[in-house]
Amino acid sequence: MQQYDVSMSLGAKQGQMKSWERIGLVMLSFGVLGMLAAFLGAGDNQLMPFLAGLVMLATGGILYTRNRGKFLIFSLLLFTGGLLSLSFLWFKLHINASVWLIWISGFTALGALIYTYQRFGKGISGIENNHIFHTEISRPGGTITWFLSITFTGFYVLLYWFPGYLHGLIYVTEPFFQWFIGKDTIYYTQDGSISGYNQWYLYGFIYTLAVLIMGIRFIFKYRHNRYQIVRTVSVMFFQLFIAFLLPGVLEKLNATGSQVETFYFSYFWPLDYDALFPSNLAHIATLGMFGKFLIYWMLIGAFVAVPVLTYFFGKRWYCSWVCGCGGLAETAGDPFRHLSSKSLKSWQIERITIYSVLVLIFLITVLLLSNWRWDFLNSDIALSLKKGYGFGISSIFAGVIGTGFYPILGNRVWCRFGCPQAAILGILQKYFSRFRITTNGAQCISCGNCSTYCEMGIDVKYYAQRGQNIVRASCVGCGVCSAVCPRGVLKLENSSVKNRTTLSLDHASLDLFD
Amino acid sequence: MHIVIIGNGVAGVTAARYIRKQSDYDITIISAETEYFFSRTALMYVFMGHMRFKDIKPYEDGFWAKNRINLMMAFVNKIDTDKQIVSLSSNRIIQYDKLILATGSVYNKFGWPGENLEGVQGLYSYQDLQLLEQNVKNTRQALIVGGGLIGIEMAEMLASRGVQVSFLVREQSYWNNVLPPEESKMVGRHIKAHHFDLRLGAELKEILSDDQGHVRAAISTAGEEFPCQLLGLTAGVKPNITLAESSGTIECERGILVNEFLETNIKDVYAIGDCIQHRIAPEGRKVFEQVWYTGKIMGKTLASTICGKPSPYHPGIWFNSAKFLDLEYQVYGFVPNILENPFQSLYWEHEDGMKSIRIVYDVSKENQVIGFNLMGIRYRHEICVRWIRENKKLDEVVQHLALANFDPEFFSRYEKEIQALA
Ligand SMILES: Cc1cc2nc3c(=O)[nH]c(=O)nc-3n(C[C@H](O)[C@H](O)[C@H](O)COP(=O)(O)OP(=O)(O)OC[C@H]3O[C@@H](n4cnc5c(N)ncnc54)[C@H](O)[C@@H]3O)c2cc1C
Ligand code: SF4
Ligand code: SF4
Repeated sequence: MQQYDVSMSLGAKQGQMKSWERIGLVMLSFGVLGMLAAFLGAGDNQLMPFLAGLVMLATGGILYTRNRGKFLIFSLLLFTGGLLSLSFLWFKLHINASVWLIWISGFTALGALIYTYQRFGKGISGIENNHIFHTEISRPGGTITWFLSITFTGFYVLLYWFPGYLHGLIYVTEPFFQWFIGKDTIYYTQDGSISGYNQWYLYGFIYTLAVLIMGIRFIFKYRHNRYQIVRTVSVMFFQLFIAFLLPGVLEKLNATGSQVETFYFSYFWPLDYDALFPSNLAHIATLGMFGKFLIYWMLIGAFVAVPVLTYFFGKRWYCSWVCGCGGLAETAGDPFRHLSSKSLKSWQIERITIYSVLVLIFLITVLLLSNWRWDFLNSDIALSLKKGYGFGISSIFAGVIGTGFYPILGNRVWCRFGCPQAAILGILQKYFSRFRITTNGAQCISCGNCSTYCEMGIDVKYYAQRGQNIVRASCVGCGVCSAVCPRGVLKLENSSVKNRTTLSLDHASLDLFD
Repeated sequence: MHIVIIGNGVAGVTAARYIRKQSDYDITIISAETEYFFSRTALMYVFMGHMRFKDIKPYEDGFWAKNRINLMMAFVNKIDTDKQIVSLSSNRIIQYDKLILATGSVYNKFGWPGENLEGVQGLYSYQDLQLLEQNVKNTRQALIVGGGLIGIEMAEMLASRGVQVSFLVREQSYWNNVLPPEESKMVGRHIKAHHFDLRLGAELKEILSDDQGHVRAAISTAGEEFPCQLLGLTAGVKPNITLAESSGTIECERGILVNEFLETNIKDVYAIGDCIQHRIAPEGRKVFEQVWYTGKIMGKTLASTICGKPSPYHPGIWFNSAKFLDLEYQVYGFVPNILENPFQSLYWEHEDGMKSIRIVYDVSKENQVIGFNLMGIRYRHEICVRWIRENKKLDEVVQHLALANFDPEFFSRYEKEIQALA
């Protein structure tokens, strides 16, 4: 029997969780606590982590004695977390950073896999959306939803602007990257004090881990749907091999030159916003044959692959099969997909913001390129254009808001409201593509599942209940609308461009809804 | 011209929308259930937490004002067809030029002892859903009586709250008054796989009360006692004709009687949706067809008639769909539950016992295909209907079967296996 599963709300009705689910959750918590402990406990400052550990220990203890029923697990976790970070502090000099890393990623991954397998991967497969709008972790405005949002946002703020606070985590991953890429991630001055960090390796590590773990969860959850499985394996592949391992290997070989941090083969201009900036082109030009290859790759990707593949398959070939931002959204972001707003208003806002970003990056790129040739801009202005876009759009919009606000605005905040690549793909999809979502005649019962679970906030049922096919610029082709439809109404298809948007039933008495 | 529509379900609302598309008449929809139209078929998803109530409203709240459709939340007590007025429970009186009755249906009670106890309820309206939220709170075991589509939805809903569900079904096999035996058995297997205590060939005799007038158990005709704190009555629905009968003039039998133009016996009074009974069944169809789609088609048809283009109700080729727990079901055309001469069928079932395709054909007409029944596989409405309408023969249909498949990409395809059977 399906059980009333409020397990993720960490509180009420614990009794109904299967014991292996609990074991998984506890292991996962150990991993996350290890992360927290590393965050607090590693580093040169000893006082802060000591105090934090003490506070956690005390709060956990008090909660446990005062209010055991409601916060049992939570208090135990806090208590253990406090204990852990104190002991890490104690043993810091003796514990190898690599052991720590294995602890963190091992427990997190194993715990998450055990839990999600127990929760989604067993028994009769089917749509598993029970209590999404009841539990604190997924309900709009739920307490855990808010907590997560603040945590994600905070993490991004630290990552972009205050990497010093992530010292502990960077420290823990450093040996791995020293081995893998052959580079330090913490820089020291001659007198031994810290002069800076490279936090991006840590970010890549966490990102990839999140895509892999949550990707497997997604596959468990949709294991009856082969489209979902294939697509998810694809984003996991691109994240792991193309966006994480390949750039690392290239960097180790020093093939891309020491200046360029990382070259990503799966991002193109304009999402990779500085790809065509003079500084980048000039650098690539110094790389000889390999540089030539990179230039071709970039140009073919942005100006040939994008239109051609989009013509045949729609925007989805990129957004929900290849792209790393999309990959994170589809895997780690899946628990939040129903939180995207479906209102007409949000569609209006989305069209304004996304095309503004596209125009902006287009103008900046053209300006900088012509300036390269004719040199008419003051160099400060040129620099601030570059920096301004990087800060405002790439860091704040795509990073902090784009991911931090998953639990508030849904898992495609950036893809929907900001991404200039999505804007281009969207225009192509709307006007030059064979892709559409076909509505199956008059079978729709207006239940609203499709709209609710559309991460892009498309009101799918608006079209489906009229018997219309869905041709929308923003649709990333995730196929979840089709999966959750209880009446088999929706099918993602590439088919002839003729009659793409017309009603699907021709018969006079059945061509009902217009 | 003032059009008054009673009932804001799919039938009434579709009529209103299409009248608005074709005319400038004043339109008022009166309904006592909820302020805005919602999808009745999706009530279960609200209970199970897949959606909020506001997510099952097919149109945004601003839609109605924008389309100049007046909504009024009120209960209509009485109709006076001579004076052309309806009176509301607030004593207000509304004048109409044309009246559309779209009052839906109500769930059946068959006079079982104890059927009015607390904790005994059906599931039809928004209020029923709220009541269920109350009733489920102290429920560990529930009994569902009646094996239709709403019964299984209710069972799934309760199970999602950790309630142990037993299920009394009068038929010897689940829904076998509609489904052919193989499909019916498949659903039965699936229900059991979900650990429901499915009792086939079992009927309710009596419902027992505790000291507080709350259900405590039920007894089947076989004498077995089922302890339960909640009892779901899902033994079908019947047309809601209370209001129509209050007029004293509108002719009703089991439903409000209408002709092919959906007119009642009184001029300028029409009826559509679940509440009607056809005087003469439309060609190839039944006198009662209480589903979402027929309500929609009636609403659209009537709108044309009212806007000056008299249109008979031609629902076309039958189709329907449902979902039994995780098992999807679609039907197109005529699929009898018992295949008798001259009807035969080509039936294929997947080895996992969770997917099947049945193509029904008429031997007396050179194997002309007349229906498709699908379990766990999606088929294209347009193609199935076209093949049936164009009298395609079995051979041709089987040969081109791939065209009809509507499953998502990368799903396994079974056309070859079916072709091998034919
Ligand atoms: C739980 C459930 C699941 C279902 N699932 C499906 C499905 O999957 N597929 C399918 O095809 N069908 C399904 N149905 C059936 C389908 O919902 C109905 O056929 C359809 O909703 C009927 O629409 P209607 O407009 O005729 O009436 P209704 O939707 O019943 O609307 C009638 C309205 O009139 C109001 N009313 C009645 N009398 C008065 C009065 N005197 N004054 C004021 N207001 C009044 C009622 O309160 C009600 O709001 C389901 C039904 C239920 C209950
Ligand atoms: S419309 Fe469907 S396929 Fe497109 S983004 Fe929304 S849920 Fe995904
Ligand atoms: S999920 Fe399916 S039946 Fe429900 S509104 Fe969407 S298309 Fe219609």
